[in-house]
Amino acid sequence: MEKFQTLRSGVVPLPIENVDTDQIIPARFLKATTRAGFGANLFADWRYAADGQPKADFVLNDARYLGHQILLAGKNFGCGSSREHAAWALADAGFRVVISSYFADIFRGNALNTGLLPLQVSDEVLQGLFEVVAEDAQATLTVDLRAQTLTVPGWAQAIHFGLDPYKKECLLNGYDDIDFLISQEAAITAYEQQRSWIF
Amino acid sequence: MSSKTLFDKIWDAHVVREVAGGLTVFYIDRHLIHEVTSPQAFDELTARGLTLRRPEQIVATADHNVPTRHQNQPIQDPLSRSQVDKLTENCAKFGVELYGLGHPYQGIVHVIGPELGITQPGLTMVCGDSHTSTHGAFGTIAFGIGTSQVTQVMASQCLLLDKPKRMRITLDGELRPGVTAKDLILYVISQLGTGGATGYFVEYAGSAIRGLSMEGRMTVCNMSIEMGARGGLIAPDATTFDYLQGRRFAPQGENWDRAVVYWQTLYSDEDAQFDAELQFDAGAIQPMITYGTNPGMGIPLSASIPVLNGGSEATSFDKSLRYMGFQPGESLLGKKINYVFIGSCTNSRIEDLRTVAAYVRGKRKAAHVEAIIVPGSKQVEQQAIAEGLDKVLADAGFELREPGCSACLAMNDDKIPAGAYCVSTSNRNFEGRQGPGARTLLASPLVAAITAVEGRLVDITQYVN
Repeated sequence: MEKFQTLRSGVVPLPIENVDTDQIIPARFLKATTRAGFGANLFADWRYAADGQPKADFVLNDARYLGHQILLAGKNFGCGSSREHAAWALADAGFRVVISSYFADIFRGNALNTGLLPLQVSDEVLQGLFEVVAEDAQATLTVDLRAQTLTVPGWAQAIHFGLDPYKKECLLNGYDDIDFLISQEAAITAYEQQRSWIF
Repeated sequence: MSSKTLFDKIWDAHVVREVAGGLTVFYIDRHLIHEVTSPQAFDELTARGLTLRRPEQIVATADHNVPTRHQNQPIQDPLSRSQVDKLTENCAKFGVELYGLGHPYQGIVHVIGPELGITQPGLTMVCGDSHTSTHGAFGTIAFGIGTSQVTQVMASQCLLLDKPKRMRITLDGELRPGVTAKDLILYVISQLGTGGATGYFVEYAGSAIRGLSMEGRMTVCNMSIEMGARGGLIAPDATTFDYLQGRRFAPQGENWDRAVVYWQTLYSDEDAQFDAELQFDAGAIQPMITYGTNPGMGIPLSASIPVLNGGSEATSFDKSLRYMGFQPGESLLGKKINYVFIGSCTNSRIEDLRTVAAYVRGKRKAAHVEAIIVPGSKQVEQQAIAEGLDKVLADAGFELREPGCSACLAMNDDKIPAGAYCVSTSNRNFEGRQGPGARTLLASPLVAAITAVEGRLVDITQYVN
């Protein structure tokens, strides 16, 4: 997994609530058997017309936001299907951070396992961020993972965001859970030997 | 000993150890896999030089991406075929039991687990599919995971988890005529909203839940994820034990007796504390339908679409209604429907097929409606044929297909055309879920059957006794 430490980037605003993983990556693109290449179909049905032409009114096709690595989205981002392909598609398209006022549980876990930071802020901060980007499409935010801060131009104070300390270390160092779980082998074996409810 | 919820009892029994920072190394008893979310996990194992820790605790099937016609012939779509072939190769290479196409146990992963008795009270189960919550109907901690977690369970039989909060939803009262398990859960989700149970594991309780069959309970638990819950579960009781006894992988003989003794301890203690408690009068619930593009956007079939007055949700609400071609405040009654889909892990079991067949017997679907019915498994299909339901359905103009996830997520050829309205017994009405531009209205199998015959949405209470 790629390490995440700090990021300075512009923002792609998507002020839609309850963005589900079927929008992030529609099911018909889940037929691949590798992790690569999902970014091309990120938000496919919002991004492209039936004939494959980009839809001018969708934010990912707006040149002002090109290359921005922070997605700013309405609450309950990533609800629906467990497909980790949604996190892979965002990462493959160049996103390193998604900011929302809350994330669906499975998506949050999938993002963290993909090296994509789900950055949760309050509803008020989220609204404020949408306003900042509406005023200046090139507004550049700074995410400092070690300090757990989000710095916004024109805001007197950086926003502190929460994150599980173990997950934070994983992201900072590019570790995932497998190495840790494998290291628990002795405890897992001991546990299995005392299980009494398997009949 | 302090009192515990049902969830706590099962959770505590599966804690391998707690690690610093509040995370738990959590043991998984059963792991279900399918063709879509497993190939990258097998590859990751191989890339790291790892193998399956407990292959005997994994069961595989092909369901998401399989055709529902001519399953005895090679899959036409090359990408779908390669994914299904990859599952077959991986299962052979790693020693996993596979109920693939052509196998008498093949079917939707959340249909076959219970019907084979793989799903049992007190176990923990995962699958790379969010509707794994279905298995909670047996008093099981069951939840969906991403592919990285699939790899973790393959390698270690464990996950590193933070413990969810506990919510209890109590539904008391006698159901009105025409109201089914699907209506109960669509109602609950309409009250909580699509993210209302995020962070929680939900226990369903109350007389209306206890009165449901196992299949009805599965329908309820199945849709827990649609309000954001990690999972849902129901305390096992005599209904659970009766369902399980004699099934292929259920405990036998003395083991059965010992199992039941243990399973009878699986309930929330009287004074157990929940982080959230909600109560609803099940007797007031009416047949439900969704009008929007998330499962929380549900109303009684005879009610009107709400009118929002501003707020942060307004943009999403307007976008949703534009997609659906509906207006705020309008009634859905009389709307013409082009497609009816009866299937998915929510409603494709034998009782669902019986409900549909009982209603359409001697009737005929409306001429402009295409009605497809996709059984959840080969066993459901065979049972339907044994009961003669196939003939009843065919006479009514319904097409009975072969098992799979089908038009629930439209990965295969079973797609609803852009702009068309489909009354669907599945679980998600997201934009494009049933095909690009498709407009999905979620409802019960009974509502779906009546809609197919009438060709438009009607107040079904006038059609049922």
